[in-house]
Amino acid sequence: MTLGIVVGEIVSTINHPFYDAKKLLVVEKTDPAGKPTGDYVIAVDAVDAGAGERVLVNDEGNGARQIFASDTAPVRSVIVGIVDRIDLT
Amino acid sequence: MLLGRVVGVVVPCVVYEGLEATPMLFVQPLDSHGDAKGRPLVAADSTRMAGPGELVYYEGGREAALALDPPFVPVDHTIVGIVDALHRPGDEARP
Repeated sequence: MTLGIVVGEIVSTINHPFYDAKKLLVVEKTDPAGKPTGDYVIAVDAVDAGAGERVLVNDEGNGARQIFASDTAPVRSVIVGIVDRIDLT
Repeated sequence: MLLGRVVGVVVPCVVYEGLEATPMLFVQPLDSHGDAKGRPLVAADSTRMAGPGELVYYEGGREAALALDPPFVPVDHTIVGIVDALHRPGDEARP
């Protein structure tokens, strides 16, 4: 999983049927300190995240399909957590 | 998934079985602001409605094939949606 910060939302009406009524958020990937790495990912929101929040993104297909209880969903990136704090030792 | 801009249509004359009726589009990958980033790629279109000039989002890897019918076909990128609006707080929304 990767850390990121939600920077935006995608509005889409024409899409694959799986994505009907799914909230898609644009997540800038960050390092643990919150500094953007320059990469981003569009992820399905499974935890009601919003713009400006630090989140945990699962970027792997089998885990994503497990969340949506489907063997055939064309989904890979899912926001699976909202991060309160990161403690580095 | 990543953002892309459709920049062309690819018309293959011979394709592997299962891909006969799949639209193929030439897509320029974009960064999260909508600016071009990287080299264009060819993507299958699972919406069947995307066209040149449109802002889309596409999936790569195994999930790209799962978006198509039949799902077990040799593709590496598939468009799964057309973007109506990209809202970035503090940034202007782009069509």
